Amino acid sequence: MQPPAMATEFRDNERELYYFQLRVGIAGAVVLVAFGILLARFFYLQVVQHDYYQTKAEDNRISIVPIAPNRGLITDRNGVVLARNYSAYTLEIAPDKVSNIEALIDDLSGIVEIRPSDRTRFKRLMIEAKGADSLPIRSRLSDEEVAKFAANRFRFPGVDIKARLFRQYPLGKMGSHFIGYIGRINQRDLDWIGNEGLEANYKGTEHIGKTGLEQKYEKELHGGTGYEQVEVDAGGRGVRTLSRTPPTSGNNLVLTLDIKLQEVAEMAFGDQRGALVAIEPSTGGILAFVSKPGFDPNLFVDGIDPTNWEALNTSPDRPLVNRALAGTYPPGSTFKPFMALAALALGKRTPAQAISDQGYFIFGGHRFRDDKVGGHGMVDMYKSIVVSCDTYYYQLANDLGIDNIAGYMTHFGFGSRSGIDIEGEAAGVLPSQQWKQKRFRRPEQQKWYAGETISVGIGQGYNSYTPLQLAQAVSTLASGGTVYKPHLVNYVENIKTGARSYVEPRPVSTLPAKPEHIEIIRQAMIGVNKEGTGARAFAGAEYVSAGKTGTAQVIAIKQNEKYDEKRIHERHRDHALFIAFAPADSPKIALAVIVENGGFGARAAAPIARQVLDYYLLGKVPKKPAVAGPGDDAHD
Amino acid sequence: MIDMLWRRLTDKMDWPLFSIALTILMLGVLTLFSASYETPSRITAQFANIAFAFVVMWVAAQIPPQLLMRLAPPLYIAGVLLLIAVALFGDIRNGARRWLNLGVTSIQPSEIMKIAMPLMLAWYFHKYEAMLRLRDFAVAAVLLAIPVFLIARQPDLGTALLVSASGFFVIFLAGLSWKIIIGLAVAGLASTPLMWSMLHDYQRQRILTLIDPSSDPLGAGYHIIQSTIAVGSGGFIGKGWLKGTQTHLEFIPERSTDFIFAVFSEEFGLLGNIVLLMLYLALIARGLMIAANAPTFFARLISGAITLTFFTYAFVNMGMVSGILPVVGVPLPLVSYGGTALAALYLGLGMLMSMQKHRKLVQT
Repeated sequence: MQPPAMATEFRDNERELYYFQLRVGIAGAVVLVAFGILLARFFYLQVVQHDYYQTKAEDNRISIVPIAPNRGLITDRNGVVLARNYSAYTLEIAPDKVSNIEALIDDLSGIVEIRPSDRTRFKRLMIEAKGADSLPIRSRLSDEEVAKFAANRFRFPGVDIKARLFRQYPLGKMGSHFIGYIGRINQRDLDWIGNEGLEANYKGTEHIGKTGLEQKYEKELHGGTGYEQVEVDAGGRGVRTLSRTPPTSGNNLVLTLDIKLQEVAEMAFGDQRGALVAIEPSTGGILAFVSKPGFDPNLFVDGIDPTNWEALNTSPDRPLVNRALAGTYPPGSTFKPFMALAALALGKRTPAQAISDQGYFIFGGHRFRDDKVGGHGMVDMYKSIVVSCDTYYYQLANDLGIDNIAGYMTHFGFGSRSGIDIEGEAAGVLPSQQWKQKRFRRPEQQKWYAGETISVGIGQGYNSYTPLQLAQAVSTLASGGTVYKPHLVNYVENIKTGARSYVEPRPVSTLPAKPEHIEIIRQAMIGVNKEGTGARAFAGAEYVSAGKTGTAQVIAIKQNEKYDEKRIHERHRDHALFIAFAPADSPKIALAVIVENGGFGARAAAPIARQVLDYYLLGKVPKKPAVAGPGDDAHD
Repeated sequence: MIDMLWRRLTDKMDWPLFSIALTILMLGVLTLFSASYETPSRITAQFANIAFAFVVMWVAAQIPPQLLMRLAPPLYIAGVLLLIAVALFGDIRNGARRWLNLGVTSIQPSEIMKIAMPLMLAWYFHKYEAMLRLRDFAVAAVLLAIPVFLIARQPDLGTALLVSASGFFVIFLAGLSWKIIIGLAVAGLASTPLMWSMLHDYQRQRILTLIDPSSDPLGAGYHIIQSTIAVGSGGFIGKGWLKGTQTHLEFIPERSTDFIFAVFSEEFGLLGNIVLLMLYLALIARGLMIAANAPTFFARLISGAITLTFFTYAFVNMGMVSGILPVVGVPLPLVSYGGTALAALYLGLGMLMSMQKHRKLVQT
């Protein structure tokens, strides 16, 4: 259709305009609908779902930052601090924020001294503490180093200085075995925390007790974690603090142990290896708990570096082993007083009943020798303990039989864990027919031979006890027959309220023995230190003490061989033992000493006991270690 | 004397349009002040941008539609040539070839097309105004398709969609038959799977993220999650100016540019949103009124297209920030920080004013 005339064209123009305006109107309607959709969406978000998004925004904004509590202190009975905290600056790297850690550490070492051992330790921490926000590369920065780094901080994103509380053991090696140490939380610790349901309380905590009291009393020492509500920006940086719930400090441990006594005891050992446990007989409280050599627990706090670890772990002296708790030794002749009491209690001997000792005891064609060639002559119970006559006990053991011995010794706690308040206790071996059956697999090994009973009588053979068990047995004798559970902690103190919860002395059981029987043993042990094998070591003592020497064979001596200390390799020498309590009439302290490869107990172990008792009862501080006496043939 | 000068300066000014835009602009500055709290220099920079945009508007308002019409084909051809140059020699930034280095400065030729495209189509339809046939629409479709294709393969899907929208508005207003519109819509829906397969991975990701932002909370989903939280937590009356936590703790990304609406919405709430929507609606209504009353076909088409493009920007941006549209790089008109976008918007407003004020002159 052609436009024929002006009028039509004009009309067409009008129509065209009409159509255009219609389209504009439709477009306007579309705009209205679109804005309506937006409005509906805004209404949905801002009114219907407002609470949800409000919470989301708050979650974004507010971060809960845990505040780790101060760990409780550990002090001895007189308040001397054994474990404490101090604040120091550490240089920390956030591994997630750094791409090339090696290069970063290289750069850092231009500003702050970083030793190769710091590097290796950091690498180990990276493996052990996977996913940790930040890990220390250097601790204990000097003020100068802090200032130097602060000036260069901009060069090191992901590296920061933090003020942290560190655990410190001010006495170093002293008492390291029972105090224990803390270390960085590892996977095993995390499992423990999980099992105990303590995850919330360990947010923000990086260290945990690994051994000793630090481990056993972890829950008391740790304290309650506090929280801070912090407003954070999108980068996670804190902008301001909104509220703060302060942490509650961990409880303090106050021990029954006397650290001065511990010091005297450790000094007395000199550089000899061994253990000493001293117990208060009326409570079971531990007074001294020595294992020599020791180690510096401070090395473990930030993660021990491999060099030190290697040295500690491979040393033939095995300084990490808590000998008093986990070392087991044959008691040797220190077993005799307990044997004698068993004989009295079971009615197998009277005190006056005597044997004629010719220097040996023959059983089944086998000759069990006494230390003294030719024998001690007529020997009753008193003399058997004072001169430490082996023949008397060979015969006694044979008369009692192994199961009677085992049955009675159980009451002293031999062969079972005492339940002391640190972990890692060894059970030792109290031999019996039943024990042997369990211990061995082949039937011919499982059978108990009567000949084996004989050496058990003098504390040899399968006998093997921890110094703690031995000390507990002595303490039981000293207390007149009451068995207390040994414990290191006297009370736990709440720092805030001052409330103390005591570890009450807990009598576990009573020895089935008449007081007069115990008195007989006591008198004999007094005799040891007055006129017997312990007399030289206790010469001139201003108190009456009871004791017993012991020597435990490390290697078996063939039947016709004479033991010659000088010819035998140092590590194969006998262990020296001594048990004692004093004052004899009302004992305040009972102890057991073992000096590894020290030779005769009278010579190596008794002088240590003397120094400890002298200090505890008289306050005498020895000037030098208790050295073995001069060439001494006082056998035991 | 001063009176004379003032009249001379303002005789091409459309006061309703100018004052509505100014109100939105002031709301924008207020929001920008909150969004760029840490970088106050942005406020002064934005005032400079505004001053420049006013000059652009004034100049555009002085240009008579006839001159604009004459400029359309050369501008379009130049734009297409530049787009081809981009495809051949363009710089690659962020994985896309969008920029052309001219030695002195770099330009994004696709931006030119946002203006050149509607001008070209309006010019074409105006030329064949008397007897528009299906063939003419086919030619328009080709004119539209060439630059859109070039932009889409850069790839810059957002700009391609906006350019094709501006072109489509012209075609729609020119009277494209409903049958074809509906036919195209059906064909479009039917070819969705094909289009999907042609998309780049990151483009698919954006769409998937829109459907479920939590699938990638730290990557592509982060923007949407944080902006919806900002909008939602604003509530009915908002958290108050300068009190938006999402804004001031820097949870909202690009909060002074593409996501500034999240800031506005958090601090002024649903009430603020309604006010803003009303202002935009008023601006669009004024623009459509100018279009409806424009004297020539070209003037009608171009004012309608400018107005609807303005609407598209506002809708896409607010839809994106509130999480109903995928994330595309579209600023909120007159509110987002940025000189180029503002100048382009005021160029459009100036052209609208020119259509309004040159009416009588043309109609004689």
